Amino acid sequence: MAFPVLSIIIFTPIVFGVALLFFPADRHRAIRITALTGATIALGLSLWAYFSYDQAVGGYQLVERYPWIPRLGVYFHVGVDGMNLPLVLLTGVVIFTGVLVSWGIDDRPREFFAFLFILATGVFGVFVALDLFHLFFFYEIAVFPMYLLISIWGWKVTREYAAMKLTLYLFIGSVIALVGGLAMYYASGATSFGLLDLESAGFSVAFQRFWFPFVFFGFAVLGGIFPVHNWSPDGHVAAPTAVSMFHAGVLMKLGAFASLRVGIMLLPEGAKFWAPLVLVLATVNVVYGAFIASVQSDFKYVIGFSSVSHMGLVLLGFATLNKDGLTGAGIQMFSHGVMTALFFAVVGMVYDRAHTRDIPKLGGFIKVIPLAGIAFIVGGLVSMGMPGLSGFIAEFPIFMGLWQAQPILAIIAAISIVITAGYIMRVIGRVFFGEMPEEFVGHISKLKLQDKIALVILTSILIIVGVYPGIMAPLVQSGAQTVLSLLGGA
Amino acid sequence: MSFFQDHILTLILFSPVISASIVLLLPREQERTIRWAAFLLSLIPFGLSIFMWLAYVPGQAGFQFIEQATWYEAINSSYHLGVDGISVPMVLLTTLLTPLSILIAWSIKENIRSFMVLFLLLETGMLGVFMSLDLLLFFVFWEIGLIPMYFLINQWGSANRNYASFKFLIYTMAGSLGLLLAIQMIGVASGTFDLVSITQSWSTLTGPMTLLGLPITLSIASVKTIAFWAFVIAFAIKVPVWPFHTWLPDAHTEAPTAGSMILAGVLLKLGAYGFLRLVLPLYPAEAKEFAGVLALLATLAIVMGAFASWGQNDFKRLVAYSSVNHMGFVVLGIAAAAYAQGTMHAQDAVIALNGAVLQMFNHGLSAAGMFLLVGVIYERAHTRDLEQLGGLFPLAPIYGGILIFTGMASLGLPGLNGFISEFMVVRGVWPIFTLFTAISMLGLLITGAYILKGIAKVLHGPLNEKWLGHNLEINQREVLAMAPLMLLMLVIGVWPAWILNVINLTVLRLFG
Repeated sequence: MAFPVLSIIIFTPIVFGVALLFFPADRHRAIRITALTGATIALGLSLWAYFSYDQAVGGYQLVERYPWIPRLGVYFHVGVDGMNLPLVLLTGVVIFTGVLVSWGIDDRPREFFAFLFILATGVFGVFVALDLFHLFFFYEIAVFPMYLLISIWGWKVTREYAAMKLTLYLFIGSVIALVGGLAMYYASGATSFGLLDLESAGFSVAFQRFWFPFVFFGFAVLGGIFPVHNWSPDGHVAAPTAVSMFHAGVLMKLGAFASLRVGIMLLPEGAKFWAPLVLVLATVNVVYGAFIASVQSDFKYVIGFSSVSHMGLVLLGFATLNKDGLTGAGIQMFSHGVMTALFFAVVGMVYDRAHTRDIPKLGGFIKVIPLAGIAFIVGGLVSMGMPGLSGFIAEFPIFMGLWQAQPILAIIAAISIVITAGYIMRVIGRVFFGEMPEEFVGHISKLKLQDKIALVILTSILIIVGVYPGIMAPLVQSGAQTVLSLLGGA
Repeated sequence: MSFFQDHILTLILFSPVISASIVLLLPREQERTIRWAAFLLSLIPFGLSIFMWLAYVPGQAGFQFIEQATWYEAINSSYHLGVDGISVPMVLLTTLLTPLSILIAWSIKENIRSFMVLFLLLETGMLGVFMSLDLLLFFVFWEIGLIPMYFLINQWGSANRNYASFKFLIYTMAGSLGLLLAIQMIGVASGTFDLVSITQSWSTLTGPMTLLGLPITLSIASVKTIAFWAFVIAFAIKVPVWPFHTWLPDAHTEAPTAGSMILAGVLLKLGAYGFLRLVLPLYPAEAKEFAGVLALLATLAIVMGAFASWGQNDFKRLVAYSSVNHMGFVVLGIAAAAYAQGTMHAQDAVIALNGAVLQMFNHGLSAAGMFLLVGVIYERAHTRDLEQLGGLFPLAPIYGGILIFTGMASLGLPGLNGFISEFMVVRGVWPIFTLFTAISMLGLLITGAYILKGIAKVLHGPLNEKWLGHNLEINQREVLAMAPLMLLMLVIGVWPAWILNVINLTVLRLFG
């Protein structure tokens, strides 16, 4: 039997998380080092999984399948293909860098890391799931710790409101999706929750059209689709840095990915029927999100709304239902995850030092924390879709796909690029350049080594994928091909 | 040797990136080392491009030094480079102006390391545009140049730099947005981004438009027209053609001297190059149809640019508007060629186009020179207001001589380079757009007027007493930067054949 790498990736975080709870609460250093060890193992194994995938063979690899509740046809069934493998790597990267930037948390770090790790297990579990029950199970595991992480460690002003709002939105979304999932289970003869079985269950067109919105939109709530996106900026802003990174970087992809995996892939006829609506809503996401981001004066809200805008591109890519669009969306999930993790890391570093996120009150930070400034500029260029960076590699195919699906929307969505350039440059100019306000001069500490490592890792990934798309694009394309074959395309 | 020759373009293209990384690793405090390193390293691509120039065979058809490697396979885009007689002079111009600008940037006090790094990255961006034979790659480099330029203006510019840099960014981004969409559309329609194969298939593509098998409601003709205008507007903003020029005076005026030199010397040529490399070959029919409009705009650019320049009291703004005026001739030549391609005037079109390409090169020399000289006086007098200057010739005789020489080259004095190219444009366009040419030639009168105004206000007239005792003379380093420019102005003015030969054979092949 092969080495069960995916199971180990899934359970490493939770094992470390539970182990952490047995540490004495005041052993901060030991707790941090243990957390970092767990994150390193998760990252290392994700990297190994990523590079061991054999594209020549294709399909699902590293598959593991163990009976879980055989009477219901539930299996612990995992595997990776071109679509979810980059997301597994993304999760590994974000958990690792998240631990690094949370090094300075003094308020109950033991519980903080433990919850973060439970969350990570949930996320890994969803991404590699090949069984619907399994997917839902881990989905809920991923959502719940978020509530605690925000309401306990979040920004004091809005944390209770934001945590409650986020949890309610996501639970309602997942319940709606669950209803759709159960409908599929019964329609297929109530014998198996296996995604591959459900794919070939041969649901009638009417059935697919009826249930698609339940499943797709239920999950898309977590993907931040307009008009149910407004939990997300509030949640991002209220969350502590590492949680924002995880939240925007990984959790939103969870929603988008699940709506692809369960919605589009299991109900392709429904997807074709509802695609125009999704296209329109996602375009609203893209353009409206960019506009709202451009009028924010809170540094973190700018980034929060920019995530809404960029996740719109992912959903747009899905809804094109063609090869280019799906490939682009797959890369965009990864690229946006890394980029937004980088953004929130930098916002956190600035906030920790200035204790304000009000953009007009900031300034001149590049002189004191140059690396954070440069990292933010690179991230900003990624979000503008600047060529040579990963954002371009992701957005270009999405737009190509959009040209094939709905050319008018391509033109409308492209407006967001200029708006994004406008607000990103404004933020860079105000926060990092210009004169530093008197009150900060001499009071801003340098970055810690851990912060620097995290920033360098995130920035390098954005550049590597941008300069050498061959490291990711063919893989994602092979995953898109799988989706496409379900849709009856080439 | 053959490896070297096979990869000469890649070497030229990426040596600035490597140089930038080396400079980045130098300690921040060692400003002297940073300056020398940046300058010496920037001579490497210059040396390589001289080698390329010598190895280039003008008579050989098609692109030379071609390199192709996989890059973004998923959407059929590859790393495909090559040069012909239009791009070779541009590459040479870019690699020549970069070290000279770096030499001028030596006087920058603040954060010199970041400045040099951005400057070298900018060079790669510009070179990439001139070398790309893949539409996507073209766009990549087109955009890459934008960001370093933004920061150069934003960080090292003068008083109004925030406004100017933002305007520059938004204008060019908005322009390239259309370009981006059009490139995507072409990519979707033809399934590849390779310029060589698109040039063959795209212009002859007719019939109902199908995008990868999916029928789309737009007819092929309207798709082409839309894409044509998207290209034209993007390039027209960059050139800039009147009325898209309003970003230029602000950006040029606020940029640091070295930035202005590159901006006027090379960046504007990217737009003109886009017309030559993409618009004319891909849209011959549309270009012909709308050539009249383009010629009209070019004429307006020439006349309005000259008048606007004449009206300035800020020395740098005066020079900035002169770019609008001079680049108008480039566009006029291109418009004439678009109109006359394949007609009885094809011969004239070739002359006009030769003139246009040579004018691109010449304007690169003279605009860079003029901005350099404005920078010299600004650095010492801390004003660019022409009313404040005056009578400086006795105080700075060498500077005065150089300024007059460069001014003459710029206004098109026979015997210097500007005359040759403007004469060729005018000679070529005359039978095609007689009226526009006549008006443009009147515009040339104003060109003379504003250049002389600039020279007179700075050098002649009563001496403004407050400059007595100031050292306004140009220094050795600046003379050294000026010398190659002046030499080339003179050489091209007297004996243009060495460069025209390269240009002409390509122009003949492409448009003859």
